[in-house]
Amino acid sequence: MFTVGSASGVGNLLWLVPVVPLAIAVVNLFIGRRLGRLAGVVASVAVGLSFVLSSVIVMDLLSRPTEERLEIQRLYEWISVGRFSGGVDLRLDVLSATMILVITGVGFLIHVYAIGYMEGDPRYGRFFSYLNLFVFFMLLLVLADNYLLLYVGWEGVGLCSYLLIGFWFEKPENATAAKKAFVTTRIGDTAMLIGLALIVSKFGTLDFDAVLGAPGDTIAKGTATAISLLLFAGAIGKSAQVPLHVWLPDAMAGPTPVSALIHAATMVTAGVYLVVRSAPLFELSGVALTVVLIVGLVTALFAATCALAQDDIKRVLAYSTISQLGFMFMAAGMRFYTGAMFMLVAHAFYKALMFLGAGSVMHGMHEETDLQRMGGLIRRMPITGWTFVIGALALAGIWPLAGFFAKDQILEIANHTGRTWIYLLGTLGALLSALYIGRLVFLAFFGAPRSDEARHAHESPPVMTVPLVILAAGAVLAGLFLSTSAEGTLARFLEPITGPVPHGEGLSTLALSVIATAIALSALAVASWIYASGRVDWLGIRERLQPLPRAAASGWYVDHAYSTLFVKPGIAAARFSAEVLDSKGVDGLVNGVGGGVRRLAASGRRIQTGFVRSYALGFFLGAVGVLVWLGTRL
Amino acid sequence: MNKLLTLTTFLPLLGAVMVLAGGRALKDDAARWLALGVSLATFIVSLVILGRFDPSAREPFQMVEQAQWVESIGLTYTLGVDGVSIWMILLTTFLFPVSILASWTVTADVRRFMAAMLVLETAVIGTFVALDLLLFFLFFEALLVPMYLLIGGWGGRRRIYAAIKFFLFTMAGSAFLLLAILFLYSKGGAVSFRYDVLLDVAGGLPATTARWLFLAFFVAFAVKVPLVPLHTWLPDAHTEAPTAGSVLLAALLLKVGTYGLIRFNLVLFPEASKYFATFVGVIAVIGIIYGAVNALIQTDIKRLVAYSSISHLGFVVLGVFAFTQQGVTGGVLQMVNHGLATGALFLLVGMVYERTHTRDLDQMGGLASVMPWLMGAFLFTAFASAGLPGLNGFVGEFLVIVGTFAVNHWFGALAATAVVLAAIYLLWSYQRMAFGPVREEHRLLPDVSLREVVVLAPVLALLLVFGVAPSLLTDRIDPSVEAVIARVAPEGQLTDVGDAGSRAIAFEEFP
Repeated sequence: MFTVGSASGVGNLLWLVPVVPLAIAVVNLFIGRRLGRLAGVVASVAVGLSFVLSSVIVMDLLSRPTEERLEIQRLYEWISVGRFSGGVDLRLDVLSATMILVITGVGFLIHVYAIGYMEGDPRYGRFFSYLNLFVFFMLLLVLADNYLLLYVGWEGVGLCSYLLIGFWFEKPENATAAKKAFVTTRIGDTAMLIGLALIVSKFGTLDFDAVLGAPGDTIAKGTATAISLLLFAGAIGKSAQVPLHVWLPDAMAGPTPVSALIHAATMVTAGVYLVVRSAPLFELSGVALTVVLIVGLVTALFAATCALAQDDIKRVLAYSTISQLGFMFMAAGMRFYTGAMFMLVAHAFYKALMFLGAGSVMHGMHEETDLQRMGGLIRRMPITGWTFVIGALALAGIWPLAGFFAKDQILEIANHTGRTWIYLLGTLGALLSALYIGRLVFLAFFGAPRSDEARHAHESPPVMTVPLVILAAGAVLAGLFLSTSAEGTLARFLEPITGPVPHGEGLSTLALSVIATAIALSALAVASWIYASGRVDWLGIRERLQPLPRAAASGWYVDHAYSTLFVKPGIAAARFSAEVLDSKGVDGLVNGVGGGVRRLAASGRRIQTGFVRSYALGFFLGAVGVLVWLGTRL
Repeated sequence: MNKLLTLTTFLPLLGAVMVLAGGRALKDDAARWLALGVSLATFIVSLVILGRFDPSAREPFQMVEQAQWVESIGLTYTLGVDGVSIWMILLTTFLFPVSILASWTVTADVRRFMAAMLVLETAVIGTFVALDLLLFFLFFEALLVPMYLLIGGWGGRRRIYAAIKFFLFTMAGSAFLLLAILFLYSKGGAVSFRYDVLLDVAGGLPATTARWLFLAFFVAFAVKVPLVPLHTWLPDAHTEAPTAGSVLLAALLLKVGTYGLIRFNLVLFPEASKYFATFVGVIAVIGIIYGAVNALIQTDIKRLVAYSSISHLGFVVLGVFAFTQQGVTGGVLQMVNHGLATGALFLLVGMVYERTHTRDLDQMGGLASVMPWLMGAFLFTAFASAGLPGLNGFVGEFLVIVGTFAVNHWFGALAATAVVLAAIYLLWSYQRMAFGPVREEHRLLPDVSLREVVVLAPVLALLLVFGVAPSLLTDRIDPSVEAVIARVAPEGQLTDVGDAGSRAIAFEEFP
């Protein structure tokens, strides 16, 4: 059944990387209840095993010369009709290698954390089944060697996201959030599907090598733009970019490990991966890259202002994720693909860390999420607190943490390629990021406790805190090991796919770093003064600034606008269609014809004598007529 | 033995005779088991047919049986299968035992119910194997009667209205069909209704005549599919029919319409098919979107699924009239997949109804807490129906979209929007049924019984199998579709999207 691209030992095991979590997902789905607490352990081991396998296979890949770092494994022909075929083909190259390490590595830690976090839930086994299924689809998405299989993973992660956001479906708002997430992202997915159809109509295939090898030989710039923008529409939905970002804040209804894994570290970054993977198409278009850059920039700023106004700890992090993803798209839009990928990896560490930290806080405070009822938690839960601070500093961009290198270098590229406005606005985004994350940290962990729960909060068990520590270490070290400057490890590793990092003239790297650090530090200082010193009545100030903070807290009323512009008219139109057009119009016409026939029949009632024998006569005559007619043809 | 097609066609009828002949001596349970046994035997025979079917065979039809019947008028008894009809037969023989087992809860007049079911099975299989146009017409008409009885006899509150509406709509269509068949027959030199004879006759007709005949056939089949605006009988029929009736109506009877379009319209009148392709495409796209939009706000779950059927069948017609390998094969695939997924949805709706005694979504809620497995099965089927990759619905939809888009960007793109609408109406209805707090009166409802597991498991398993390994189906469909396309495809048009790259349409600007 398996025909393998290159016969090199461990590479043959690539298919096991996604299949192990899938197998355990099936096991947990059916007998998870009987496994009890073991379900979580088994699920974690499955992802851990995937991580070990991935590491071994990637090591093997690294041991080869740069130009041979590609492994293609063809498992089977999935859809094969006429001369079109799309197979279940896995592709391991430097780009997918980076992704699978993040997915299985961070995914493993989150699974372990969830063993503790989900304890006592009546659907414990079900939860881990969905979580493993998610890992399977996510791995499929990044390992796919064609757009068709990528689309399978793409929709599959959406399914798992739906199942997990609505995991506690007894609460109607959770169920609504789940449906909203699936439907909103599917709007993008549909555009993407049309994009795939367009690719097929031009290339006759969806295989990466055929489409991305030299697209300029087959299609013109305009077609490339159309394809790129349709694909990017899918990315906008999945990665929660403006204007399809509205589902992500509501998705926080799901259990916190889900928010960490799906809605921070992995699934939402799939859009970034898609753009980087499809870079040859975007570059052929040119215009499409500009669109990516602008959408990223707008989203980064827009979501940062929303994050600043949230009182719910998870919603701050959700808007923050949207904003950070915007930065990644900015990088990709400037052809700085390694920067986008680097930020993706770094963000996976520090954002997963902060989500899990938020979960730990909720765990210690009876599911409290309101920042106004927290305060001083760092004394009650030191491990959660200090690891969270590390994550926050990384996000704010303080040297030498991961976020510093990520954001700093994206801004540097903007500056060096002469995009002054992008640089200035991006710096504004960095300032806002430091402000909102500083606000969160100081409100939650410093100052005086503002509720009984905060006064009596307790630290979480080791099964939850150990993953926090490891992720914090990752957030510290990732920057140093992987820094993205032209000589950085990740840049060199990814170069066969992403090409060299763009170069240019501008302010010196040192000057830019000093500016960025100064901005981040002063933002943090301001946040500390406002929110933790106790000398500023920030709630009073907020009241005086109304209605601005309320608008920002609501996400600038985008949800309301969509409801007014699309949802309500849509439902009204559907109602009109079903209740007036279909039942009064089309069906009314039918019944009208029926009535007309009846009236006609009434006028001809004399024929209808009611005697069966006269009907029989008519029938007989008719039949004879037909037979006579047939006879003349013989 | 090479009378397999006759055997599989008439075995159910024999069973019906046995059930009725048993009279009162036959207990209800015995009638149930007898019907189930006969339909299972029929299924096994059809599996043998599948095993003997050779996808690489040259001749267009296999296992052909031919005999004179009414020699004076040229009515023959000619049967045969190709790569399209074989799946229709298997879908039929597979879903009948499932539906019969699902009808264990029917308690009124069990013998006659089971007899009607078995007669229906013979009629449906007959339409798919008949290779004589008059014989086809006889089966085509014959399936109305048992279905009429099932709806009118064992249906819901407005069953008489629905049954008559169903009957009149289809009869109106059939009138056109009969006239067209007779006309075609009258133009022939030989006295025969045989498919291959009339194929030659149709080939020699003037273009205008062929177009009129195309329209007559088209109207008859469009009512069955149903295509907008000839669809209004469907929501009523589905809503009032008993569970098995809804399953078979959606899964099989609608397919008779699309099957007829492929077997007769495309093959007999290729020029006219080309002439009307855009017109049919527009109607199909309207149906896809119109059905989905109307499904959005239905509160009666059966009506909702009925409207979703209109949308899904629009995909079939759109793909078939794209005249590309992927479009037509995708359309046939969609016929099988829709039969399984929508059949499963109606089975599940029936099970929910037997518990809650309501089909009104607003009267449900929270059912996932009390019956997790039944609701899990529902969600699984809903996603299959909504075209989630990995489950069966996706493959057909994808092929239709890709196969259509290559020849008409607008049709392909508009059809794709139904993907979003399907997600909305299915997930919204699922949410109202399964999520939220459970109602007090539903707190103690039981989850699936063993019998229901036996009913559902094979269908749900196929939703997954055909999603993961569609080549099980397409390997046999493909050659037959190729033959159809060879007749109908316009000169110079792309007939296989796989060729798009090598045709090097370089620098042709979008759109």
